[in-house]
Amino acid sequence: MKVAVCISHVPDTATRVKIGQDEKLIDPTGVVYIINPYDEFAVEEALKTKEKFGGEVIAISVGNENSKESIRKALAMGVDKGILLKTEKILDSFGIARALADEIKAQQCEIVFMGKQSVDYDDSIVGQITSELLGFSCISNVVDLKIEGQKLFAEREIEGGKEVVESETPAVITAQKGLNEPRYASLKGIMASKKKEILEKLIPDTENLTEVLRMRKPVAKQPGRIIGTDVSAVPELVRLLHEEAKVI
Amino acid sequence: MSNTVLAILEQRENKLKKVSFEVLSFSKNIASKISAEVIGVVFGSNIDNLNDIHKYGISRVIYYKCEDLANYSPSAYTDLVIEAATETKAEYFIFGDTALGKDLAPRVGARLNAGCIMDCMSVDLTGDSIVFTRPVYAGKALIDIEFKSDQKVVTIRPNIFKANVSEVSQELKVELKEVSNLNLKTRVIEYKKSEGKLDVAEADIIVSGGRGLKAPENFSLVENLADVLGAAVGASRAAVDAGWRPHREQVGQTGKTVSPTLYIACGISGAIQHLAGMSSSKYIVAINKDKDAPIFTVADYGVAGDVFEILPALTEEIKKAKA
Repeated sequence: MKVAVCISHVPDTATRVKIGQDEKLIDPTGVVYIINPYDEFAVEEALKTKEKFGGEVIAISVGNENSKESIRKALAMGVDKGILLKTEKILDSFGIARALADEIKAQQCEIVFMGKQSVDYDDSIVGQITSELLGFSCISNVVDLKIEGQKLFAEREIEGGKEVVESETPAVITAQKGLNEPRYASLKGIMASKKKEILEKLIPDTENLTEVLRMRKPVAKQPGRIIGTDVSAVPELVRLLHEEAKVI
Repeated sequence: MSNTVLAILEQRENKLKKVSFEVLSFSKNIASKISAEVIGVVFGSNIDNLNDIHKYGISRVIYYKCEDLANYSPSAYTDLVIEAATETKAEYFIFGDTALGKDLAPRVGARLNAGCIMDCMSVDLTGDSIVFTRPVYAGKALIDIEFKSDQKVVTIRPNIFKANVSEVSQELKVELKEVSNLNLKTRVIEYKKSEGKLDVAEADIIVSGGRGLKAPENFSLVENLADVLGAAVGASRAAVDAGWRPHREQVGQTGKTVSPTLYIACGISGAIQHLAGMSSSKYIVAINKDKDAPIFTVADYGVAGDVFEILPALTEEIKKAKA
């Protein structure tokens, strides 16, 4: 089975976001970039799928030269080869999905894994759009997956519970935390990854369907007050919640 | 494009969700800006509270009524929203930013080549064009964003936009649609409800616990307070990674970003990932031993004391206040 895993190179979640001068993007100065945390679950599931059914796992990322770092991380975990779909443009989720779909089609992958969202723009839509462009099935936000021939059985996390979803391949699966425990790259894996190929392809120019006018910081919440340091503060706290905030 | 806003409503166990009424009010606002009509779209087999939508000023709803649509089917629901889109030539498609909305909205967008603005938290209708605001980096920054596409897909964050009651003179017209040959290639075959608990993504009040609770069994203190408040239980990433709480309760980046009316953080120091996920709550209470903990920088009311003493006292006091 030919498996694709799509990867996004994002600022570490510990990043303190500063807005860039153009007020459209963050200021990248001093920002540490990592493989999107949800994509690690996708890589793990892709590797498990290959281990079970045989075949090959290809990591695909849309981005600039720097994205190779995260592709390399996937290669170190055991992915067979990498493809960087290179662009300097900031694409919206549609642009990313179009590029991914074209490549997945060219590679004739039957099953595609990716994180349920990238922790930068948090759109959580690339997987679903990619699947529609390919005419694949899609199950998003998956915490459990079973593949039985052409059939897929997945559990997806929803408000207040889980949905058991039945579908079939070819399919896009978007991974939620809990799907598996991503493996660590072994030293051998890291060494081997250096010899693995990362193919580079320029992607055609594409129009965004939305336009960011401005990026800004949310209005900082004014720190409130410390009412007390022990149980004697409790009646006052309840009074404030009742009379001032009117929330209870 | 005709001037139509489609409000995609969501039911679970035959009841329209609260967010669906927020979707209706939001749709009315968009519609008033572009002089459009709002038409509701709903799927299900036997919806109890469908008539409630009339209270929110909606007089027309397209109802895809079929046993097979009682549970979500991404493939069938997508086809049917597209059918409604073709029939009404709608310009806007408004969904709740729920598990279902997040899944369905982009599929609809992809079919129509319509841009998607997800998790909208506010909208500015005062200018020539409509400008939406949504969080990025889990709320560490916001973007003001507009559409370039002819058709437009929006999901709105639950609990942010008020569901406003408004009168309409017309009676509610329910257009029942016959459905046949549904595409059920991808469908929900079972719903596994977690044990009777409210979900943090939907709750009006959240009581969250962190590492300060020291052990999983001490979360009973958080649960007791949540019970008297009718609140959902949340957790910090530290508590989830330690295996004390399930991931669905995690608040923050790589968990859920929430905006309840009241957020009570117990024994949570306030890592940047956590603050990003809950700072947009209307009121925040922090209970933490360390008075220098970052959580106090976002709290409206803080108690810099021992959670093990304060939580039981607070639970009792609220019980008294509610009695």
